[in-house]
Amino acid sequence: MTNAQAAMHGPRSLLPLRIESVVFEAGGRRIIDRVSLTLEVGTRSVLVGANGAGKSVLLRLCHGLLRPTSGAIAWNAPEFPGEPRRQAMVFQRPVLLRRSALGNVAYALAVAGVRSPEREARAHEALRKVGLEALAASPARVLSGGEQQRVALARAWALRPEVLFLDEPTANLDPGATHEIEGVIRAMHAAGTKIVLVTHNLGQARRLGDEVLFLHQGRLLERTPADRFFQRPASAEAAQFLEGELPW
Amino acid sequence: MNSLSDAVVRAAQLIAGADPKLLEIVLLSLRVSLTSIALSCLFGLPLGAAIAVSRFPGRRGVVVLLNAMMGLPPVVVGLLVYLLLSRAGPLGELGLLFTPTAMVIAQTILITPIVAALSRQVVEDAWREYREQLRSLGETRVGAAMTLLWDVRFSLVTIVLAGFGRAAAEVGAVIIVGGNIDGVTRVMTTAIALETSKGDLPLALGLGIVLLTIVLALNAAAFVVKEAAQRRYG
Repeated sequence: MTNAQAAMHGPRSLLPLRIESVVFEAGGRRIIDRVSLTLEVGTRSVLVGANGAGKSVLLRLCHGLLRPTSGAIAWNAPEFPGEPRRQAMVFQRPVLLRRSALGNVAYALAVAGVRSPEREARAHEALRKVGLEALAASPARVLSGGEQQRVALARAWALRPEVLFLDEPTANLDPGATHEIEGVIRAMHAAGTKIVLVTHNLGQARRLGDEVLFLHQGRLLERTPADRFFQRPASAEAAQFLEGELPW
Repeated sequence: MNSLSDAVVRAAQLIAGADPKLLEIVLLSLRVSLTSIALSCLFGLPLGAAIAVSRFPGRRGVVVLLNAMMGLPPVVVGLLVYLLLSRAGPLGELGLLFTPTAMVIAQTILITPIVAALSRQVVEDAWREYREQLRSLGETRVGAAMTLLWDVRFSLVTIVLAGFGRAAAEVGAVIIVGGNIDGVTRVMTTAIALETSKGDLPLALGLGIVLLTIVLALNAAAFVVKEAAQRRYG
């Protein structure tokens, strides 16, 4: 698939992302245990699993915030330090600067090297897409939780990333705000961004996932199209997880 | 008791009448201390922020040293600057000893560690919160340091005040390198020390009241600004 983003960034797409036998250990504990997978363009991949299964850590390894203890993580087109990033991440708790909502989005664009006149226009456009144009001038940190998360999404969207990682983006939000966030994620995907979402909200996994990656105790136990995962998971652990009986 | 009440009354008269001698001393004090705090911020804020976001061998030692330097005794700093600037010293040719510039140098050395150590703490706390997000955006360490300094700007107000308070209130460093020369290097604290020893309590007391008022007014203003800003920006 050659989407708009790929065309914009030149011939080589960032994806696929190849993860080979990745191990991550911290404090003598193995958190990710020999995970191998390839993330392709297009599909919305949802990582599910119990608390402590290693979902967030795997996401951070993919995004480059953590380095694997062993194994390899390779993008199709390698990223170099100092170049604008072609991937973005939205965290469970939005981390916004003490500036206006617009200022937060514009800041990310400045870091990405977007020049000043274009910056503001793109920031406005991103806020409009997440439905926050009216609050552009409001200080970001006094917005509601849902609005803050939408600013974080606008910040990511303004960068026009090829891949968006989301780490439980609605864990702290009420159903209404969750619904809005999910709408934005769908729209970003429709605009050509690969979605990699961590959630332990199974309803959300069902609503947003094209495929489900099930992590259990640091290992990738299965990777199944979403509709099949919720009907007939391949692994016994996933079946138990779905029943709400966490296998220990 | 009589002499005290007399002194208070005459001090009030000096202040109310904007006594030129008193005014001159107050203005020089403000000039020296404000210049010192401005220079200290110029050096101390980037230094504190840089240490906050960097990892290098011996970092802990640097942090401990910096924190310890907040307690530098003013007289020792005064002595060191005196040795540097005295005729026989390495910088003696500049002829700066017993000038306001010498006082600014001494006070800058004295309060830069305060500004650096306290801003290091504040920026490091912010860095803990923002680190992943800033790295995710591809921000450099230098960029992160600048961004965080701006983000904690309301907390920096308190730090700047602490530095200014220290500069305005210390006597040991400025009396050694300034010499307390009438009309040239006499500031509030050195004048208070001198006038007290001479027995001219009204002037000493008047200066003391002015000094306290300035520090109090600045702190009150900063508090109001900080409160309002934090309510607005969260």
